[in-house]
Amino acid sequence: MSAQVPIAAYLILAAVLFSIGVAAFLIKRNLITVFMSIELMLNAVNLTFVAFAHMWHQVSGQIFVFFVMVVAAAEAAVGLAIIIAIFRTRETLNVDQIDLMKS
Amino acid sequence: MPSNLWLIPLLPFAGFLVNGTIGRKLPRALVSAVALICTAIPAAIVAWLWITMKAAGAPDVIQIVGKPWIAITGLTVNFAFTVDHLTLIMLGVVTGVGFLIHIYSVGYMAHEEGYWRFFAYLNLFMFFMSVLVLAESFLLMFVGWEGVGLASYLLIGYYFKKDSAANAGKKAFIVNRIGDFGFLLAMFLIVREFGSLDFAHVFNAITVNPEWHEGILTAIALLLVLGAVGKSAQIPLYVWLPDAMEGPTPVSALIHAATMVTAGIYMVARCHTLFDRSPYALGVVAIIGTATAIFAACIGMVQHDIKRVLAYSTVSQLGYMFLACGVGAYAAGIFHLLTHAFFKALLFLAAGSVIHALSGEQDMRKMGGLRKRIPITFWTMTMGVFAISGIPPLAGFFSKDEILYQAFVSTNPIGKILWFVGLVTAGMTSFYMFRLWFKTFFGPEHFEEHTDLHDHGAAVHAYSGSHAVMVADPEESHKHSVHESPWIMLGPLVILAILSIIGGWVGVPAAMGGHDEIGHFLDPVFASGASAEAAATTSHGSELGLALISVIVVAIGFYIAYIFYYKKPRTAAALAARAPALYRLVENKFYIDEIYGVIVMVLMMISRVALGSLIDGGIVNGSGAAAGGLTKGLSSLVRRVQSGNIRSYAGWLALGAAAVLLVMIFGRSVWLH
Amino acid sequence: MQLALFIIFGALAVAGALNLLLQRHPINSALSLVVVMMSLAVLYWSLGAEFLAAAQVIVYSGAIMVFFVFVIMLLNAGEEERTTGSRAAYIVGFPGAAAIFCLLSFVFLSERHAFGSANVGGYLNHITSNIAEVSSLLFTKLLLPFEVTSVLILVAILGAVVLARKEQ
Repeated sequence: MSAQVPIAAYLILAAVLFSIGVAAFLIKRNLITVFMSIELMLNAVNLTFVAFAHMWHQVSGQIFVFFVMVVAAAEAAVGLAIIIAIFRTRETLNVDQIDLMKS
Repeated sequence: MPSNLWLIPLLPFAGFLVNGTIGRKLPRALVSAVALICTAIPAAIVAWLWITMKAAGAPDVIQIVGKPWIAITGLTVNFAFTVDHLTLIMLGVVTGVGFLIHIYSVGYMAHEEGYWRFFAYLNLFMFFMSVLVLAESFLLMFVGWEGVGLASYLLIGYYFKKDSAANAGKKAFIVNRIGDFGFLLAMFLIVREFGSLDFAHVFNAITVNPEWHEGILTAIALLLVLGAVGKSAQIPLYVWLPDAMEGPTPVSALIHAATMVTAGIYMVARCHTLFDRSPYALGVVAIIGTATAIFAACIGMVQHDIKRVLAYSTVSQLGYMFLACGVGAYAAGIFHLLTHAFFKALLFLAAGSVIHALSGEQDMRKMGGLRKRIPITFWTMTMGVFAISGIPPLAGFFSKDEILYQAFVSTNPIGKILWFVGLVTAGMTSFYMFRLWFKTFFGPEHFEEHTDLHDHGAAVHAYSGSHAVMVADPEESHKHSVHESPWIMLGPLVILAILSIIGGWVGVPAAMGGHDEIGHFLDPVFASGASAEAAATTSHGSELGLALISVIVVAIGFYIAYIFYYKKPRTAAALAARAPALYRLVENKFYIDEIYGVIVMVLMMISRVALGSLIDGGIVNGSGAAAGGLTKGLSSLVRRVQSGNIRSYAGWLALGAAAVLLVMIFGRSVWLH
Repeated sequence: MQLALFIIFGALAVAGALNLLLQRHPINSALSLVVVMMSLAVLYWSLGAEFLAAAQVIVYSGAIMVFFVFVIMLLNAGEEERTTGSRAAYIVGFPGAAAIFCLLSFVFLSERHAFGSANVGGYLNHITSNIAEVSSLLFTKLLLPFEVTSVLILVAILGAVVLARKEQ
């Protein structure tokens, strides 16, 4: 059974994941959860790239995903280090209470 | 030959430049010499012009055209002078009487500060007046018009340290300006209608179109009348002339009696072609003239300052000239202008002599009995008084009677009423002039013999007004007795007195056995397009009859003055005491100045509220404040973005991303289809 | 089979994402995210990106998510308290998110005919394998970005070490 799945379906799935990621970014109050929603958004984008790579029969889309993964790893490392540093000074991971930049 | 015409205005202007710039450093003799030469030569040129133009076969009009002034499509104005018979008469008055007054001023102003300034301004006035009279176009005449207004302002405010003098100068200029506004509007209409401002062009256009009547011509004429009313001190713009007496007496004589104030009459006479086509405008002129004549005469009857009496008398006589023009008798108006120049200048100069003799006293209640003290002044002034009252065979009789007669026989529906009012005014004129005569020269002496009202220099002029102080030796004490003026002042008085006597003889009408030379002289000017032809049709009998009636009225006026002020001097005071409110009303000039003040105040209040509060405060200030407020409001809204809260930043980010997506997707519609 | 794979693992991914949204304790959210990533790995494989599927499992869910869980446990982040957050996040954020979703779906749906369809294992029939293709491109034309990326990782390591160090 090789029923055809339209590429658009994959893209819409990615859009759904992306929107959920944005919503989570806005709703959640824990700093680490917010960070994880960023990762979710990145994954959604990765799916989009892979889908298009499949559509155009080119492999450069997948290479882009590769690079995105690398960057996401680096970003996760640095970001979590920052979160640890923040936790040390602020003793809290609540996003709303980290507002030193309030004008 | 005609190129000498340029010298007539330019020489006084040169005199103004010399005296105005370096006159301060020059000795008085040199200043006077410059001023006198720059006035004498134009007088000589005018005299020579008289001779050439009266000769048989001479052209009626001389024209010289100079460089173009404005040369654009639709309008060309040249510097052009024209001399016809009307101009000749005006020039004669301006330069001749002007020259005499210059001579008089040398004596009168001898000890004034700012001597050079006086003569500089006087020459400036001569320049502008000549330009006004010689001009060939409305625009050039307007230059002269404005210029004499300026010279008048400068000279009225000559004693600039005195508040009242400075205010009087301002008042004169501003009231004149209202009239000039009318003149300007008239010029605009003329340009629009005729496409040119040259007299010849405009009047020719009217003449070759006999069917043009009323309409726009009335509008132009009425606006010109507004200008004339301002310059010639008629109702309602006469209020500046009595105040203008703050200036030195020669100024009052020259500018506010003989020349500048007659500019309005001259302008109406010059534009007679235009006025003849608008009987409505002529009617307005006649009514204004008559009303002013009697109104001013009323006020003049109860004034105490000798110069004020003469000022109101001037306004009244100008009303006569307006009346003459209003009934179409332009030649009669110009004739009266000529005689009035003689006797009014004489009266002012003689009054100056009286004031000088009394060391600055101008109130007639403090005069009296001067007949024996200053005989020459007395006799010359008597000639003037007789002339203005209209006693035959002096000048005023012929000219005033001509006007009254023309009013009586004119085609104007209210001509008889105008004649009657003019007759009454003649009686009042006679009354107040003889009142002045009696109070000044007859009766007991009310003046202070050794007045200490004067000292040297400008201080006394700041205090007591327009007079000169002749002190034999500046080091002497300030006692100063009543004495006759020096001959440099009396000479012009005598000449003007002679002219007042014989001046009317050029206009003796045919009814009295004369040839009416002046009327015929002015025929080439006024014959074209004229519509007042009643003179030829009525009999001589009615003219003689009317003349007789006026002589009787004059005699009545003399008699009343005689009773009031000579025989029984208490009568006037008793009469005044019986009707105190009415007396006070007239004495205070019917409170016209105060009424004007209130009107102007009201207008200014309205404009202050409307323009000031509403527009300036509301709109101008308001829009500025609104802009500021708007910025503040917007910024306080936008400031909330900087909350320091990560989630709100995230929210704005999401919104921004959506907006970018929107633009990208729908901004490039090629992707969609 | 493509369809079955897609439906099952697509639903699983969405469920995991929703769970991440709805859970209160961050450790639950982290584990949900792992589920999402695993499902995505399957989807990659179904689209012919075998190398990426493997990388997703090894790197993403095997390393990064473990790292997340590790930090959560280290910091002992408890359940979220209810605090009053920023109103702007809800007022402008949700419409923004909704708008993004709507826009994207609009574009994708209106162009779905141009996209074509997916064939499962489409590349598996080819001569060269997916990995060979990826590596031949990566090490020839994209060598520079590859090397730069390794420098990037080095920098990130150094940064993380510096930032997370205790104050001396």
